[in-house]
Amino acid sequence: MAQDSGQQHPLSIYFGIWGLLFVISFFSYMVDYLNFQGTLRWTLILIFMFLKAGLIVAIFMHMAWERLALKIAILGPPVALLVLVWLMAYEADYTFLTRIVFFGEGAPLPLHH
Amino acid sequence: MSEAVLTDTGDVLPGGARGIVADFSADKQAFQVPWGKAMMWFFLLSDTFIFGTFLTAYMTVRMSVRDAWPVPSEVFALSFGGEPIPLILIAIMTFVLISSSGTMAMAVNMGYRGERNKAFWLMMATAAFGAMFVGMQAFEWTKLIEEGVRPWSNPMGVAQFGATFFMITGFHGLHVSVGVIYLIVVGRRVKSGFYDRTRGNYEMVEITGLYWHFVDLVWVFIFAFFYLW
Repeated sequence: MAQDSGQQHPLSIYFGIWGLLFVISFFSYMVDYLNFQGTLRWTLILIFMFLKAGLIVAIFMHMAWERLALKIAILGPPVALLVLVWLMAYEADYTFLTRIVFFGEGAPLPLHH
Repeated sequence: MSEAVLTDTGDVLPGGARGIVADFSADKQAFQVPWGKAMMWFFLLSDTFIFGTFLTAYMTVRMSVRDAWPVPSEVFALSFGGEPIPLILIAIMTFVLISSSGTMAMAVNMGYRGERNKAFWLMMATAAFGAMFVGMQAFEWTKLIEEGVRPWSNPMGVAQFGATFFMITGFHGLHVSVGVIYLIVVGRRVKSGFYDRTRGNYEMVEITGLYWHFVDLVWVFIFAFFYLW
């Protein structure tokens, strides 16, 4: 049978996470506002993104308190997306090089095709 | 191949098509959560793949174009009389959605405590934040369309920008809109005491919450990859 009482946690946890999400979102906005560029920008964007996503899934969606079977069943499969990302990055590189070969690097392409 | 089998508990399971029904209704449980919650998680898993493929397609397009991708920081800047502030509307939308996630988490908690009225009003606040988000997105779309952004061309840079923008934010906006309707439907039932009369618990509020938090979660990734990158 299902659990009797469901997920019940002190309200202070939610308030804490809520505040934290606000702060992290503010930081990630600052990455753009302060115009960080290059590796620093991408690293910060990814760190803040994973922090926010992790807090939402773990606390707001209660995944931290679920049993391991459910955690693995839900959080495992999306890892397969990384394979797709890898394949498509490879493909995109090839397409990009093909475009350079055919259109050259110089004059911009017309906006309307 | 598909014959009747005797299980170790002594039950006889039929073969063929009847066997499929017997197996799927075999009264076994792998996940120690209410079935509705497990099903919502599996739906969200499938949705993860939809948004995952959208964002991967966006990556592929952006990596393979030869000309410059429009700078989101400038495209989505908004001016309140003075200098344009980069990404300001998107930042406000992000905070609105996070606020809605907060009120939703409170609503789930109040539901389990049996505080029907508080749960109802917190869900309505969540729905209002959601509607506000969709409203701002409609404003953003209108602004871009007026500036000449189309799925096949735009004045700022490569043509592929419009297609990915409308597809990804449109599909996410659709999810928010559906979520607002979902919240109102479940919220009304909370208020009327429907869950006291039927099942006597408020897991439905948590299931609705899972969907809502997922919408916020997807926005985290869209914000990072589409607007900030």
